Amino acid sequence: MKRREALTALMATAAAGAMAAVPRVPARAGDAPSVSAACDAATGALGVVIERASGSVLIVDWAARAVKSRVEGLGDLSHASVVFSRDARFAYVFGRDGGLSKVDLVTGQLSARIIQAGNAIGGAISDDGRLLAVSNYEPGGVRVFDADTLAPVCEISADPGTGKRSKTVGLVDAPGRRFVYTLYDAGEIWIADFTNMSSGMPSVTRFADVGKLPYDASITSDGRHYIAGLFGEDGLVHLDLWQDAPKPRRILDGYGRGEAPLPVFKMPHLEGWAEVAGRFLLPAVGRHELLAVDAETFTECGRVATHGQPIFAVVQPGSPRVWVNFAHPLNDTVQVIDARTMAVVHAFKPGPAVLHLEFTPRGHETWISVRDADRIDIHDTRTFERIASIPAVKPSGIFFTARAHRIGQ
Amino acid sequence: MLLSVRTRSRVILLLLAAVAVNGATRPARAIDAARQSELTSLVRQDCGSCHGMTLQGGLGKPLLPMALEHLDADSIASIILDGVPGQPMPPWKGLLSQEDAVWIAKRLKEGFPE
Ligand code: HEC
Repeated sequence: MKRREALTALMATAAAGAMAAVPRVPARAGDAPSVSAACDAATGALGVVIERASGSVLIVDWAARAVKSRVEGLGDLSHASVVFSRDARFAYVFGRDGGLSKVDLVTGQLSARIIQAGNAIGGAISDDGRLLAVSNYEPGGVRVFDADTLAPVCEISADPGTGKRSKTVGLVDAPGRRFVYTLYDAGEIWIADFTNMSSGMPSVTRFADVGKLPYDASITSDGRHYIAGLFGEDGLVHLDLWQDAPKPRRILDGYGRGEAPLPVFKMPHLEGWAEVAGRFLLPAVGRHELLAVDAETFTECGRVATHGQPIFAVVQPGSPRVWVNFAHPLNDTVQVIDARTMAVVHAFKPGPAVLHLEFTPRGHETWISVRDADRIDIHDTRTFERIASIPAVKPSGIFFTARAHRIGQ
Repeated sequence: MLLSVRTRSRVILLLLAAVAVNGATRPARAIDAARQSELTSLVRQDCGSCHGMTLQGGLGKPLLPMALEHLDADSIASIILDGVPGQPMPPWKGLLSQEDAVWIAKRLKEGFPE
């Protein structure tokens, strides 16, 4: 064991040395692309870190544990999220202020930017990579754009027939050129199918009365299950998209057991929820608990008391471990839960305001944003040790390009 | 004012009881420069997670002066302390004092500092 660790350390040093020692071949006019130029065009190990307060993003390289460059001028990035083009060359950044920016990860340049609405909450990219959909609070509804040019394609008002557009949440892509999203004010789930656009509009299937104040939703990586969390009721809503005629059903009804909810100082995110060991781990709302739902029967199969109101519960790829961060004011802590036993197996305090975490695609390391320490911490997931830190200005979301090839991300 | 030890402890008990009835209100603390900067960052960052960092709204309503014309500073302070039942606006009284809430409410009315 000792020997292996020493060997690993040695290899890491050697690798770092080798990396620093790679000579940059100066490009001469007429030369074929040099080796280093080819390396610079590779995006498979890149990612984007949101710097929420300064309207900038960092382009990072997780293999090198380094920042490549900073891109500025992206507007209000509080609650910003990112999706990637299918070739993982471009990052699309959805800003709070309705900004939609296309960032070229190879050149580090902003290649296009529009303000598509007054107030937005997130976006998604279609399975074929051609359409971008953005979920809006003001004026509500969903707007769809061409992923190449950011030219408008169409707008879905999300007016359930009341004359008032609804705020939309939980927007995801689903197989078959579809987007699924949820109407916060109206309590409905809509599926917009873009396979036939001859009329200029998608065909929309509506599910009314799914529950009060759905605040977020997510889809499983097999494109099958769409689950929306409810704020106004004690339960969640499930839709099986593999059914010919999907029908929403309530799950985990009454998980609060009639107890008065605790104040929720930040809404949990269902995006990135944990699917592991035949179950889903979801944050409860108004309870300091993570709930386990059986992936076959959709009934509760366990729960675990957590440090605070869970925000993100993300599975470490290739393991039963789920890493969880928490809402203000308990947001300095991360807990790790084993999904098989629902026991907390590790906890640590990265620092003030842990906002997000992202695993390397095969789970060997995790990046954690510590907003008020202006830092990204990188941890070895096997030993839990912090192995590096990167300065970043008020960092929030971290998004690696592996998401380009996953459903619902 | 001179109070016998007995009366004094009764006053303290009454005060404690009042706090218990109201739910644990955070004890008052002077709104000095340090507290002001804490509150400013709390509003921008943590109220901002629902109301937007620029306070132009999100899941929660906009908190810009124009949007708050229908509420006076006292009502805003009570919304902050008690929340909006049935809505995602949480009660902050466990984390903020009455003085904190009034200070935030007044600053929101006049345009919140950066
Ligand atoms: C978890 C989300 C959330 C957080 C955090 C939050 N709010 Fe709210 N707030 C809301 C929602 C949602 C409403 C709208 C409630 C309704 O529909 O009446 C609201 C309403 C309000 C209102 C009433 C506005 C009006 O025009 O009626 C005020 C004032 C307010 N919030 C202030 C604050 C302050 C100050 C903070 C931070 C100390 C804060 N809020 C944090 C969600 C939140």
